[in-house]
Amino acid sequence: MSQADFRGAASVAVGDVQLRGNFRRAMDGLMEKRAAQFTDADEEGRLRALGESIRSRSLARLPELLEKLEASCKRNGIQVHWAETTADANQTVMDILKNRGARTLVKGKSMVSEEMELNHFLEAEGIEALESDLGEYIIQLAGEMPSHIVMPVIHRNTGQIAELMEQKIEGAPYTEDADELCQIARKVLREKFYRADAGVSGVNFAVAETGTLCLVENEGNGRMSTTAPRTHIAVMGIEKVVEHLQDVPPLLSLLTRSATGQHITTYFNMISSPRRPGEVDGPEEVHLVLLDNGRSRIVSDPELKATLRCIRCGACMNHCPVYTRVGGHAYQAVIPGPIGKILTPQLQGLDERGDLPFGSTLCNACVEVCPVKIPIVELLLRLRAEANSPTGDSSVKGSGAKRDKTEALLWSGWQRMHASGKLYNSLSRVLAKTGNLAPGFMPPLSGWTATRTKPRFASQTLHQLARKRGVPDE
Amino acid sequence: MPDRIYPSQPESVYFYGTCLVDLFYPDAGMAGIELLKREGLQVIFPQDQSCCGQPAYNSGYREEARAVVRSQLALFSKPIPIIVPSGSCASMMRNRFPDLFEGDPDESKAVALSGRVFELTEFLVHVLEVDLVDLGPPVNVTWHGSCSMQREMGLREEPRQLLQQLNQVQLTPLERERECCGFGGTFSVKLPEISSAMAKDKADDVRRTGAQILISGDCGCMMNIKGTLEQDGAPVTAKHIAQFLWERTHESG
Ligand code: SF4
Repeated sequence: MSQADFRGAASVAVGDVQLRGNFRRAMDGLMEKRAAQFTDADEEGRLRALGESIRSRSLARLPELLEKLEASCKRNGIQVHWAETTADANQTVMDILKNRGARTLVKGKSMVSEEMELNHFLEAEGIEALESDLGEYIIQLAGEMPSHIVMPVIHRNTGQIAELMEQKIEGAPYTEDADELCQIARKVLREKFYRADAGVSGVNFAVAETGTLCLVENEGNGRMSTTAPRTHIAVMGIEKVVEHLQDVPPLLSLLTRSATGQHITTYFNMISSPRRPGEVDGPEEVHLVLLDNGRSRIVSDPELKATLRCIRCGACMNHCPVYTRVGGHAYQAVIPGPIGKILTPQLQGLDERGDLPFGSTLCNACVEVCPVKIPIVELLLRLRAEANSPTGDSSVKGSGAKRDKTEALLWSGWQRMHASGKLYNSLSRVLAKTGNLAPGFMPPLSGWTATRTKPRFASQTLHQLARKRGVPDE
Repeated sequence: MPDRIYPSQPESVYFYGTCLVDLFYPDAGMAGIELLKREGLQVIFPQDQSCCGQPAYNSGYREEARAVVRSQLALFSKPIPIIVPSGSCASMMRNRFPDLFEGDPDESKAVALSGRVFELTEFLVHVLEVDLVDLGPPVNVTWHGSCSMQREMGLREEPRQLLQQLNQVQLTPLERERECCGFGGTFSVKLPEISSAMAKDKADDVRRTGAQILISGDCGCMMNIKGTLEQDGAPVTAKHIAQFLWERTHESG
């Protein structure tokens, strides 16, 4: 398999005028909506600090809270399964389906199921899995990956969606009317909801104390997927646990306001048990699959663990000037954008995705809006250092894998020049005299000069000017 | 960022030139020194200074960065402010030195130094409280506040306050003032396609303001945007804010 490469994919994407237009428009809209939700900087500051502390507190006591969650869920009649890897998680889902004799399932939106590549897996096992979130449904039709964690089909405009639906859904007319498009999808999905043997969903927050699984959505498909079929399987990353029920409202508020600029979403589901005797609806069985897949390793690092505070609101990508220009697919990862640049290399290893932490200008636009204040830039810097580590002696997977001999040599030369005042003074004078002679067409300068004039060295350095004009040295 | 408590005006300060100013924009550095001297300060420029270590640090070469920073620590030992004409270098020194030396024998030196670092416009506004008198002809300018200046140093209004003291200077803001110009240090050569696209958008934004001069407080961004404008043959020049302020406010010749 060829190595995923952000630069290659991004440089193609950046030239796609249509795609860039789609993203620019969409991201501008999302930024505006978020801004309208946070007009009081003090309130924003307080709420984000609270969000950060709730998530940090949960991660600080992760093992204990997970045990508590398991106990509470069991008490409520929810069956709990632990999965070390995505393969384990897929197999667990498959075993449940087999036990229940289930052949078809509907899915609510879930990034963890994307991480598991669950659809792929189930398809190979002969199980029909249909995405029921409208955006996910469309990308499933197109055979694509989500390009955004909240709005998976944001890379397509209405015309492109209309074309796809006309092609892929029997009898569907071409229409660019958003309502009509929804109706077409709804008709297909309604059918499936009633017939599906099982429903799969993600989890936004799981409350340890009460064993409550919280699910945030706008379309009602999440509620359908988790109530209509006889069996409900929820999949979640182990980091999603919070301790108390009262931890949920601030996180929910931060999530919806940061993600789509909504004060609250249309649906907010709190699932606390299967159907109880005497109840008329709800699934007969509820299963919770808890996926680790490298998360325990991330939690063990005092700095990097902040990565797992993420509540998947997508604000960091909405505000990212790089994401806006290349779109989500260029990252070739389940989770794109700034959070993807720190999470993906940690989950998959720097040997596989050590390219991602370098694909950032470190502009901090993401850090400014992240509702749980993840220091994304500091973590990008840390991962760059890990990628280039001379020893590779670290808990980060693939540490040292990106170290390149030539580049290391360059930096050690840089060090020698800049760590000695004497050497620096003499070499910088040489540069002032001869630096402009360096040809601009050679790498790495050629990347610069393709669209810019070459920077010009001044004829005298500031050191020389300061000395001449009598600025004291000490 | 917690609000910083500013000291009263000191007698003397250090000036940290930064490597980009040193090699590419020395006039901006001299202008910064002159602006400080005019307020009655003694300005010290240690001749052995070189670089804040940021290029290596941002590239993931921390050992190399640490070695260079260590050599700088000894040069600024007096307990007086260190003035830096760059948002990103100031942020490196102020925000990252302590982490870089965590658990190191030089940690206390690094922490002490970082506490004395001020970005130039920050110092002119909050410590020196300068009053500028404009001596130049009418001109239309725009301002690019770098990401590090705005978001890491929290300096948004300071440069604007200084520019607005000049009554012949018309300041037209950029439409996407807060968006990154795509420089990002080595990002500009490691991912040149994205960097160029971002620089191009920023350059277009600059042109739309109709400004004759683009002013910035960070030489990397300036080089990036100016280089793009120049390549397109746009009739806009670029100037570091220190140089612009000094040229407008002192009697030349
Ligand atoms: S990193 Fe922060 S901004 Fe990005 S998705 Fe996660 S919570 Fe939202």
